Amino acid sequence: MAQAAHTLKSPKPAAHGVKRHTGLMDWITTVDHKKIAILYLWAGGLFFGIGGIEALLIRWQLIKPMNDFVDAQTFNELITMHGTTMIFLGVMPIIFALMNAVIPLQIGARDVAFPFLNALGFWTFLFGGLLLNLSWIMGGAPDAGWTSYTPLSGTAYSGTHGVDFYTIGLQIAGLGTLIGGINFLATIITMRAPGMSFMRMPMFAWTTFITSAIILFAFPAITVGLVLLTFDRILGANFFVPGGGGSPVLWQHIFWIFGHPEVYILILPAFGIISEVIPTFARKRLFGYSSMVFATILIAFLGFMVWAHHMFTTGLGPVANALFAVSTMLIAVPTGIKIFNWLFTLWGGSVRFATPNLFASGFIPTFTMGGVTGVMLASAPADFQFHDTYFVVAHFHYVIVGGLVMGLIAGLHYWWPKMFGRMLSETLGKWTFWTFITGFHLTFFVQHFLGLMGMQRRVFTYLPNQHFDTLNLVSTIGAGLMGIGTLIFLTNIIVTSKKPPDAGDDPWEDGRTLEWSIPSPPPEYNFKHTPHVRGLDAFWKEKTAGNKGMAPAEPIGSIHMPSATPLPFIMSVGIFIAGLGFMFSRDHFGSALVSFLFNNYIVTGLGLLITFGAMLMRSLYDDHGWHIEPEELEGR
Amino acid sequence: MMRTWQSARRLLPLIAVFGMVLAGCGREDLSVLRPQGPAAESSLGLMKLVISIMIVVLLIVFSIAVYVMIRFRRKPGQNETPEQVEGSFKLEVLWTVIPLILVIVLAIPTVRTVFALGDNHSGDKNAIKVKVTGHQYWWEFEYPDYGIKTAQDLIIPAGKDIAFELTTNDVLHSFWVPSLSGKIDTNPTGATNRFSFSAPKEGVYRGKCAELCGPSHGFMEFKVKAVSNDEFNQWIEAQKAPAVLPEDPALAKTFKEQCLKCHAVGDQGLSVGPNLTGIGSRESVAGILLNDDTRQDGAPVEENLKTWLHDTQGVKPGNRMPDPSKDMGLTGDEIDRIAEYLAGYKLN
Amino acid sequence: MTTTHAEPIEGGLPYEPEKATAEGRNKVLAFWLFLGGEAVLFGTLFATFLALRNQTNEGPAANDLFHLPLVAEATFLLLVSSLTSVFAIQAMHRNRPALLRNWLLVTVVLGLGFLGLEIYEFSQYVRDEKFGMTTSAFSSAFYTLVGFHGAHVAFGILWISLLIGQLAYKGLTAVTAPKIYVSAMYWHFIDVVWVFIFTVVYLLGKVG
Repeated sequence: MAQAAHTLKSPKPAAHGVKRHTGLMDWITTVDHKKIAILYLWAGGLFFGIGGIEALLIRWQLIKPMNDFVDAQTFNELITMHGTTMIFLGVMPIIFALMNAVIPLQIGARDVAFPFLNALGFWTFLFGGLLLNLSWIMGGAPDAGWTSYTPLSGTAYSGTHGVDFYTIGLQIAGLGTLIGGINFLATIITMRAPGMSFMRMPMFAWTTFITSAIILFAFPAITVGLVLLTFDRILGANFFVPGGGGSPVLWQHIFWIFGHPEVYILILPAFGIISEVIPTFARKRLFGYSSMVFATILIAFLGFMVWAHHMFTTGLGPVANALFAVSTMLIAVPTGIKIFNWLFTLWGGSVRFATPNLFASGFIPTFTMGGVTGVMLASAPADFQFHDTYFVVAHFHYVIVGGLVMGLIAGLHYWWPKMFGRMLSETLGKWTFWTFITGFHLTFFVQHFLGLMGMQRRVFTYLPNQHFDTLNLVSTIGAGLMGIGTLIFLTNIIVTSKKPPDAGDDPWEDGRTLEWSIPSPPPEYNFKHTPHVRGLDAFWKEKTAGNKGMAPAEPIGSIHMPSATPLPFIMSVGIFIAGLGFMFSRDHFGSALVSFLFNNYIVTGLGLLITFGAMLMRSLYDDHGWHIEPEELEGR
Repeated sequence: MMRTWQSARRLLPLIAVFGMVLAGCGREDLSVLRPQGPAAESSLGLMKLVISIMIVVLLIVFSIAVYVMIRFRRKPGQNETPEQVEGSFKLEVLWTVIPLILVIVLAIPTVRTVFALGDNHSGDKNAIKVKVTGHQYWWEFEYPDYGIKTAQDLIIPAGKDIAFELTTNDVLHSFWVPSLSGKIDTNPTGATNRFSFSAPKEGVYRGKCAELCGPSHGFMEFKVKAVSNDEFNQWIEAQKAPAVLPEDPALAKTFKEQCLKCHAVGDQGLSVGPNLTGIGSRESVAGILLNDDTRQDGAPVEENLKTWLHDTQGVKPGNRMPDPSKDMGLTGDEIDRIAEYLAGYKLN
Repeated sequence: MTTTHAEPIEGGLPYEPEKATAEGRNKVLAFWLFLGGEAVLFGTLFATFLALRNQTNEGPAANDLFHLPLVAEATFLLLVSSLTSVFAIQAMHRNRPALLRNWLLVTVVLGLGFLGLEIYEFSQYVRDEKFGMTTSAFSSAFYTLVGFHGAHVAFGILWISLLIGQLAYKGLTAVTAPKIYVSAMYWHFIDVVWVFIFTVVYLLGKVG
């Protein structure tokens, strides 16, 4: 462990001496990774719900040919917001929720490396997400697709502020993601408990590590892309405007240089979750741990050199298409390694099908199907047909919903007792699984055929007599079933929250990693002593050696805690105001005063002033933190 | 519970077969699965190769999954700890090498086909040159060798290679005739794309825009009509013939002053909007109202023209044509008579 | 969890005060990571610039626009400021706060000089050459790339000035030392970026 435990000479304010916030203020000011995890979960859950409703509206519109449930413009706004919301505001925060809840515990740390930045990352994400969703009530949502291809997303063809909400909202939310990525990289590098070498880390910690690295190297690309698009739209720049010498194809490159690694940012954590759930419920260590680590790194590496397979029909020429086709196919190799390693973890195990494992078991075949269609898409000449059809829609939903979302639900059921101290109902969990997976396959399996039969994606309706009608109806019914599955999960959460806490330290009884060696939910300092790690699956190792818990790496001492602070929240509010101000800086308002404030960048300046003021406060006033003394620890 | 799991497993291929039978692979003039030309055939050939390999992979994964989930499930009362296997070098090498071989098997024909389809016939003297321009939301087809333009219906001689040159006038579109060929984007000038396909059989094929281009993206359809060489030459000549204007001079005046500010017929008018020469013999009005006197797939052309001209925004939301009555001040009667005139404007 | 923190370390600072505490070490590590992200950010901006540098849209081209002597002066100022920030860190390692403060002051002054020249350069382009953000794709790419760098310099100047203030107020401690160290890392980074800008934007613009 990087920082040795110094005992401090001068006593610092102890727990009882610290001002404790309660209620809402507690949540706004918290820097505790476990509470931030819960914030991420609720916020991500909220946006996931919004994205889900958008999905149901889309499917309802497509239930029959020439339907007029929503109009064409609204439909384009729905598909744009569904994609953007689900990816950036739905699943990524839930990934961050699980990372925050679990990673410090799994590596035996008392918090992340930068608790303050952790809170800042959450609040910027939330305010970015809120800004994006405000578009619905402030003149129209973005309508150029989640990929926002230029020139369609330029002011000439998308005249509302919709795409501005997209660029600025994502910019703010993306900032939060980048902060989170750096924080987890630093945490995993420096905060591991004594004895936990890299090759003793749980797989979820590994995938978090690699995911964070991808975030670090992929997100700045979209940051630049969004800045350029913002400049085009608000300052009249010419990056993507053909008339001014700009290049629409450049946007596609920038977007996908970020966008393809983003796919692996999403799926790798799910791989990590599955690699935790399966060994626990098979009572057997992960098969081929080292090759799993190797495969993860290889996927991340290859993920950066395949972006142009999203652009086979852009006209890059046969040489580029051939190269990107082959590099894309190569990703199948490390992915295959993973799938077989999971299967052989189950082989010879003692497999229990509790809800988390049910989802993990459903994940393997479902994700494999998504992977298989991925290889099909990689074959460029075949992709000339698949591209921008429902076949692609089916493919990425198999990967993202059948892969990532199933992985997330598995992870949520698995770690729920650790996060909240209560076991989710197994009965309702099984209902969730069967409705969700049945609905899922009904919705998306048929879409492969719709694509092959000539239905292009992003169409707000379709003519009759094209053999599309029945399959679309089936798909819509499936979507409804998925909605029901989600509602059952929500019911489970509500019912469970009303129960008294019932989860022990190791509620699944076969926990293998450090988080199961401490109470559920853990105390705010996580570990009374920093544990001493003696191997992979550290807790399992101690259990099978007949030990009650982890061996301490240090005597019980005073624990230093970071202070709660509202500054991250205030900084994010500032960025939010600055973003709104910038977005409307070229508008004319009814009131001369309002116009004056916006058109002279006064609102933007005010927002930035709040943000930089809060940063200045943070820099000027050192956070001395507070301490939990040994007698308090023993008193519990 | 396991029983339900198993039956769900068995259901998957059933759903697949059900889906296929249900759909019958789609329409002959639209489906990727029923190719009508060499380009679409080579795409489908590759698809068949990939899907065969992938079905084998899926079968292996599914059978191992089903086997381990049944064979190794924990029975009641079972409480021993299984052996903690670290891994198996041999097995891991096996499932690294086999996928690698499969990838190579796949990569070779992929690369070969990429380069084969890369032949765009741009220097081929026997190929028919067509310049495709995408507009929100209609397609313009120019035949530079013959000096003519048309819209929505692409007429080609069957069996001949067509050398396309594609650009857009506004946002990105993507030119796609599934039963004849894969798609290619239309970029703004400067990133002009070239590609080629041919239709050996005479017939009408459905084409679509495959890149989100605005509200009516889904309605940006077109037709490819492959005709015999003679018919093609006849059509070219008819297209070149002088314009036929409405017989009624008043209507002709209105038509010239209002419609021909953007549209063209024969040698008259401008090409801001779609060329209307011979619109009465086209397959559709506005690409989306199918002309069908039997009323199975659409309506007679005159009725379609009236539907269109009376409510352009209702038919194709967000289209750029000024509304004939609201913006151009045409009366309902004038609109109907123009529709009648256009419906009667047939070639050959 | 971090256990050591804010206060002057008794009995003087160790040789590398920025690494005396876990917070300090974490900060330096995280800043390296951040610079990795920044490198991708500027890499994307450079790629954009290279893709659009000949799209002048009938506006001024690089060759007509740039006056190398002025840019060379700015380059000189920024390179020297990087050197002075090295001297500052050396002073910090020798535990000489006054010398540290002086070198930081020199760094800030040089940075201000650079920024002044850049603003002068931009204003010349806009006023005399009619070369603004909206002129062409080349102009947009130029102002965005060089302007992003300029904004980084401006932020660096504000940051280092703030740290000079903190140095006077709080002294050189285990808290202020890592801040000064990472600000120096940042300053070197924007210096390196400028070397690339000088080469790719100005020299290449003059040559080809």
